[in-house]
Amino acid sequence: MLPDFLQFLFSGVTVGAMYALAALGFSLIYNASGVINFAQGEFIMLGGMSAAFLAQAGIPLPLAIGLAVLIAAAVGLLVEKLAIEPAGNAEVVTLIIITIGASLTLRGLVQVFLGKATHALPAFSGEAPIAILGATLLPQSLWVIGVSVALVAALAAFFGGTRLGKAMLATAHNKLAAQLVGVNTRFILLFSFGLSAALGAMGGILVAPITYTSYDVGIMMGLKGFVAATLGGLGSGVGAIAGGLLLGVVEALTAGYVSSAYKDATPFVLILLILFFLPQGLFGKKTTDRV
Amino acid sequence: MTMKPTTRGLILLAVVLAALPLALPNAYYYDVAIRIAINACVAIGLNLLIGYTGQISLGHAGFFGIGAYASAILTAHYGWPPGLALLAGGTATGALAFAVARPILKLKGHYLAMATLGLGIILSIVIVNETAITGGPDGMSVDAFSVLGLPIAGDGAWYCAVAVLLILVTKTALNLIDSPAGRALQAIHGSEIAARVAGVDTTAFKVRIFVLSAVLASVMGSLTAHYVGFLTPGVAGFFHSIELVTMVVLGGMASVFGSILGAAVLTMLPQLLSALEGWETVVFGLILMLTMIFLPRGIVPTLRLKLAKREN
Amino acid sequence: MLKVNRLSKTFGGVKAVQDVSFAVRAGTIHAVIGPNGAGKTTLFNLITGVYTPSDGEIVFDGAAAAGTSPDQLARRGMSRTFQNLQVCMNMSAIENVMVGAHLQLDTGLLAGMLRLPRLGNADRACRAEAQRLMEFVGVGKYRDTHASQMPYGALKRLEIARALAARPKLLLLDEPAAGLNHTETGEIEALIRKVADSGVTVVLVEHDMKLVMNLSDHILVLDYGRKLAEGTAAEVRANPDVVAAYLGASA
Repeated sequence: MLPDFLQFLFSGVTVGAMYALAALGFSLIYNASGVINFAQGEFIMLGGMSAAFLAQAGIPLPLAIGLAVLIAAAVGLLVEKLAIEPAGNAEVVTLIIITIGASLTLRGLVQVFLGKATHALPAFSGEAPIAILGATLLPQSLWVIGVSVALVAALAAFFGGTRLGKAMLATAHNKLAAQLVGVNTRFILLFSFGLSAALGAMGGILVAPITYTSYDVGIMMGLKGFVAATLGGLGSGVGAIAGGLLLGVVEALTAGYVSSAYKDATPFVLILLILFFLPQGLFGKKTTDRV
Repeated sequence: MTMKPTTRGLILLAVVLAALPLALPNAYYYDVAIRIAINACVAIGLNLLIGYTGQISLGHAGFFGIGAYASAILTAHYGWPPGLALLAGGTATGALAFAVARPILKLKGHYLAMATLGLGIILSIVIVNETAITGGPDGMSVDAFSVLGLPIAGDGAWYCAVAVLLILVTKTALNLIDSPAGRALQAIHGSEIAARVAGVDTTAFKVRIFVLSAVLASVMGSLTAHYVGFLTPGVAGFFHSIELVTMVVLGGMASVFGSILGAAVLTMLPQLLSALEGWETVVFGLILMLTMIFLPRGIVPTLRLKLAKREN
Repeated sequence: MLKVNRLSKTFGGVKAVQDVSFAVRAGTIHAVIGPNGAGKTTLFNLITGVYTPSDGEIVFDGAAAAGTSPDQLARRGMSRTFQNLQVCMNMSAIENVMVGAHLQLDTGLLAGMLRLPRLGNADRACRAEAQRLMEFVGVGKYRDTHASQMPYGALKRLEIARALAARPKLLLLDEPAAGLNHTETGEIEALIRKVADSGVTVVLVEHDMKLVMNLSDHILVLDYGRKLAEGTAAEVRANPDVVAAYLGASA
């Protein structure tokens, strides 16, 4: 009874940490621009795939990881420069479709140039499972959770302590006001994309040793990351983390206790429930439209 | 008496559809033409929802899938006549769309997109998982279509059927747009609050058009199932939903003829790219991005504007 | 025609409207004035069903109206225009006005799709009426123009035409002269007088004091969400509290 539950909990928290990083990425971009970046999932995929390929090419793992994050960040910047910026002040529907287009393009390019095969990344510190109260925990899971916590702490320090971080928060609260005090909101948006891509990529890299990676993992990862962000409240950092972990755990518990075939449907049933009953999410703010 | 541009367009469409068989060299081209007509009908329905009423649906393939699989399962496993199965599929889709419409359409923008996306994916997952009835990822075969015992088989018969259907769908869509109901829908897009103070029950209208476009997708799904003779879960998948949205967006939001053009281009595209596997996704993605950045109104409305400017 | 009793609306910690009571007699022109942020548009939104009151009651044409939805109120004869111009930029001018007549037409989806002959006739009549209304407000020449091509002043008047198409008993105008120059303001003033003379009760929010003083039978002054004063133009002009609040600068 308990070992099973713990097992599901461990795997849930592990994948939940990745969802949390993806959700943070969504919230970052949403705060900077009101755009939901449907291409976020592809950044996650790019992280895992780049790292896998670089590692296979013989590059030492830590370097491969670093390069993969940089590659993803660069792609994120490109997407913002080439796809989002030219669209100017387009309608929400338009922007959604543009980011979907970007996601398709990225996925297609990876499929063409890197193939459709699944790849694995070597576990960071070995694969010997650790036994805890009858359940097994992979060392990689500890890496996922540990690095995620470190990243979140770093982000908190960044937003609270640096000028750029505070400028980003200001833009999130009131873009016009931020512009009026001299914040370059265009740069903030560009930076958000880069940072989100890096975060997503890191998440993808962390779980790649466990879940493997291929050209099409981006869709589901991205969508689930968005579900997590909405669950916690779009735009809220705390919400993103809470939403990610919650989603991961609920998904794992569903897979374990209800049906593993419908595991992938869980996030979407959750999102429908949330959107129907609590659209602002757990930590989001209720807003009224000014007429 | 000067003819309205929409009447001109409709006549042109009828002429093209009637004359096309003379130009099509072989069965392959007939197949493409039939698929275009079917996609165009779905796209027109979707455009009424997205372009005219200003909503969004990223899960419409789910409704298409319900119709397709309902027809397939009811005829193959339960021996229902195809016409009845099609009606059953349409009714089931309508009921589902109605049930989720009110809560979903209260949402706006990203949330609405996400909700429709979620719905479509749930439907798609159900189809994949229930292998016993749907054949799962390997798919299932579908019997031929027949109305009151008369089979519709062969490219000629199918072409006539879908061509007539396309003309009907186009005409009713054009009628709708130029009616009080149609103006109410467009007003919802233009300014929902203005529509409301004018007395439009915006929620009811949004629900109605959502259900209508869903049922249309379902009916076309049923027909596709019978026409192709074989179904795979991909017809209800996310990529198909995106294809449908791309047809609307590329051809022109709030343009019935635009949807037909968009359907034509995007049905022919995979055929052209079939040799270049993987590039199909890239090209789709690029089309979506480039259209939305440079031609945000889509092809037909942009052309129409250019012509109008030249006349002035 | 309209009675408001102890109406209040609070947003979070902000008391946008506090304990406001007033009455509007049928056939009159009633103005609501006050400094920016006094709660005028919030009051409008409460009356027209966009917001639900936190407290108090609204009686429109003899029946309770607090919290009723805008489309229901339209059914009962209330119509309004908006401060930030809510015109459907995706439609032509005349189509915008025809939307205003929504409640008088057969608005079924099926009827629209089939385009039965009686619908065609009703549509033609509606179009003719919309044309007449556009001429009444002075934008007759823009009949087939797309809304996105029209100048701001014309759009303001188009919105009034749309509101009139609903044949309202009560018309609320939210800053009809906002953004208009001197000549255009004069034209709007004449238009509002024409509308009132045709039997419609008018309530307007306005900043242009000359317009308000010329037109209004009765004025309500708000400040910080509360009623500051009420009375005829002469009474309000002489009220020292009102003068203190802001009148001195612009009359």
